[in-house]
Amino acid sequence: MNRTQFMTTGQAVDPAFYFIFGASLILFIAIAAAMIFFVIRYRRSKFPEPTSAVAANIWLEILWTMLPTILVLAMFWYGWQGYLGLRRVPPGAMEVTATARMWSWSFAYPGGRTSPKLYVPVGRPVKITLESADVIHGFFIPAFRVKRDVVPGMKGDAWFVAEKKGSYDLFCSSYCGTGHSAMVTTVEALPAKEFEEWLADGGRGEASAAADGRKLAEAKGCLGCHSLDGSPKVGPSFKGIMGRSEVVLTGGKERSITVDREYLRRSILQPSADVVKGFQPVMPPYPALSPAELEALLELLGGLK
Amino acid sequence: MDKAATAQNSFWNDTGRSGLTAWIFSTDHKRIGLLYLYSTTGFFLAGVILGLILRIELMAPGRTIMDPRTYNALFTLHGVTMIFLFILPGFPGAFGNLVMPIQIGASDVAFPRLNLLSWWLYMAGALIALSSLFTGGGPPDTGWTFYVPFSTRTGTNVTLAVFGVFVIGFSAILTGMNFITTIHRLRAKGMTWGRLPLFTWSLYATAWVQILATPILAITLLLVMAERLLGTGLFDPGRGGDPLMYQHLFWIYSHPAVYIMILPAMGAISDIIPVFSRKPVFGYKMIAFSSVAIAAAGSLVWGHHMFTSGMSDRAVLVFSLLTFIVAIPSAIKVFNWVSTLYKGSISLEAPMLFALSFILLFSIGGLAGLILGAAATDVHVHDTQFVVGHFHYVMFGGTGFAFFAAMHYWLPKFFGRRYREKPAIIAWGLMFTGFNILYFSMKILGMRGMPRRYYDYLPEFADLNLAATVGSWILALGVAMMFVNLVSGLLRGEPFTGNPWGGATLEWSVATPPPTENFAEEPVVTHGPYDFTAAGRR
Repeated sequence: MNRTQFMTTGQAVDPAFYFIFGASLILFIAIAAAMIFFVIRYRRSKFPEPTSAVAANIWLEILWTMLPTILVLAMFWYGWQGYLGLRRVPPGAMEVTATARMWSWSFAYPGGRTSPKLYVPVGRPVKITLESADVIHGFFIPAFRVKRDVVPGMKGDAWFVAEKKGSYDLFCSSYCGTGHSAMVTTVEALPAKEFEEWLADGGRGEASAAADGRKLAEAKGCLGCHSLDGSPKVGPSFKGIMGRSEVVLTGGKERSITVDREYLRRSILQPSADVVKGFQPVMPPYPALSPAELEALLELLGGLK
Repeated sequence: MDKAATAQNSFWNDTGRSGLTAWIFSTDHKRIGLLYLYSTTGFFLAGVILGLILRIELMAPGRTIMDPRTYNALFTLHGVTMIFLFILPGFPGAFGNLVMPIQIGASDVAFPRLNLLSWWLYMAGALIALSSLFTGGGPPDTGWTFYVPFSTRTGTNVTLAVFGVFVIGFSAILTGMNFITTIHRLRAKGMTWGRLPLFTWSLYATAWVQILATPILAITLLLVMAERLLGTGLFDPGRGGDPLMYQHLFWIYSHPAVYIMILPAMGAISDIIPVFSRKPVFGYKMIAFSSVAIAAAGSLVWGHHMFTSGMSDRAVLVFSLLTFIVAIPSAIKVFNWVSTLYKGSISLEAPMLFALSFILLFSIGGLAGLILGAAATDVHVHDTQFVVGHFHYVMFGGTGFAFFAAMHYWLPKFFGRRYREKPAIIAWGLMFTGFNILYFSMKILGMRGMPRRYYDYLPEFADLNLAATVGSWILALGVAMMFVNLVSGLLRGEPFTGNPWGGATLEWSVATPPPTENFAEEPVVTHGPYDFTAAGRR
């Protein structure tokens, strides 16, 4: 890959930032300095009466209409050029599909591997196709100056390239309810070779994830709302859940139950059937889990004493 | 009201009724203005308390005092209260009613009973909106923007809150119609359009936006209600609807609404700065023209709220360009205000301090708006704390500080008593300091990538969030001090008589407090609103 063929998203956006910031700072200092100078220079204790009655000057008005006009048109142009840099995906970009749901991310790669974190190879542009399973979310990676709303019914897209190995924050930027601020993950930029290995590991990775309930719970976004350590989050904690006595609302009526495998299975497949008192009926159903995955999750929940 | 207000024919005395009914059924524009003043500032103080609670939650990462659902409900309530119950009705309702009819030499607005109905609609809408907190599925948690599909899916009581805002909209439409008719038809002899005080000019431009834009909000909110109650699917992509359509409809109103909030503030500033400089306002025509230009061009820029929404790149191009066009008349105003100071005789009393800090804070907010108007940079800071900082600079630093300037400038005229100067200046100093610590921290947080409407945040954002919370305390202390000083001064302070600041607009030529009919005999206007020499000779 010839690195000079494209600008990174940061290189496209940052010049506009510097230009607008610089011009604004100069303008603000000029306004503030003139104002403070006049207030001190023409204070009433020194000048009990005004020393000028000039109330208009057509040339000044023309000057300070034209100058800002030229300046803002330049800002507009810089901003538009940078925006084009964000929209034009370089050829040869790797394609990844991101699915946002309340309140987790899932990324699907060529070859079928999925992950809750976004893994990308260093130096290769990545095009993300954005899909939402429920409401509007926002795909936001501050380090790469990339943001795009994830709108149900629309396929959005965004691209970026990670130039250095590392871990970068990825936020949900568009308010999506109770777990909005917990809808945070990372971009993991790996050297090309490591990334290929990770991708090739796909099949085994999924199989082991199914066997490992903890990894699965993380991958499916369960841990965004349910803690493993007993602390309350959006939903009840998983710690010690098996065998716990709870008061639940079933069709608006309170009843007492003891949590068992059958109850947990129903709560994953039909979360709104019984809602633990004190929590909101906000969990989406997970009907697409394979029997093995469901088994692994129940195994995990049973083991968290 | 005692001695000072008991001048023979003061509007405080006149009434056939007594007690509360003499107020809530009065059609006197001054009494209605005070009703608006009490109700909007009451909601403002409630909004301040909500803001303080939100800041305490954000003081440290993780849970501090509440769970995320409470936080989401509170920031929604804070936004709805501040926008729909304070800042939109505040200036036109309180100071537009108190001052504008006197400024044009009229004895009242064109439709006094309609004026009273406007206040009643506003109060009814406010009560309906607030009752959504205690009924149905509980407090709405959508943010003040009510974005679909979240707002149609959430179990909270969005329908009732949206209906309350719908009712308040009618209040704004009626006030706008009333003011336009008043300014066209009831100007005194000699009050030409070129002699109209700039505050009245700004209310005139605002009134057109109120009439033309508010119905679109009303329709949008009705559609949200239809979506929730009837399941029409208008915004549901699964049934042929489109969530982006909602955003277009919402911002076609809500961006012009920003100008409903800021234009009267700019008008008040344009009236106050000349008085405390003893010099005619610089560029009267340009300031008046730029108000109308902002109202017109501002109606065409709503799409800049949607650069990342997924709308077409061509729409981004057009809306970004139009957005920068609106920046020009705002810049013209700032240059003219600063030029008014040149070779004046400047007195830094409380109204002037608030007015000058308006210029600084509005400039910071406005210049940050350029970052949001440029497509590339907007993508990075959109939906982050930067936006929260930006609109608090223009709405609170701008309209809020102008509202405080107007309270210190005009209220003594109507109460016949005045506040103490020194506490007013100390309160201003606290507010200005706390304000900048609070909202500048937010701007930096946004640049660094912290999204808005976040209950919890990563440890890297902790330092500035703590600073912002400390800033909010300093700011709130200043606000509290200002209100205590104003209330005690206006009720029990030293008498305020005549025209101590030397204003040249008509409200300074009537008795203090103004009589019910405003003018003993119909005034004839012979000079411009900032002709202090001619006003002094009279």
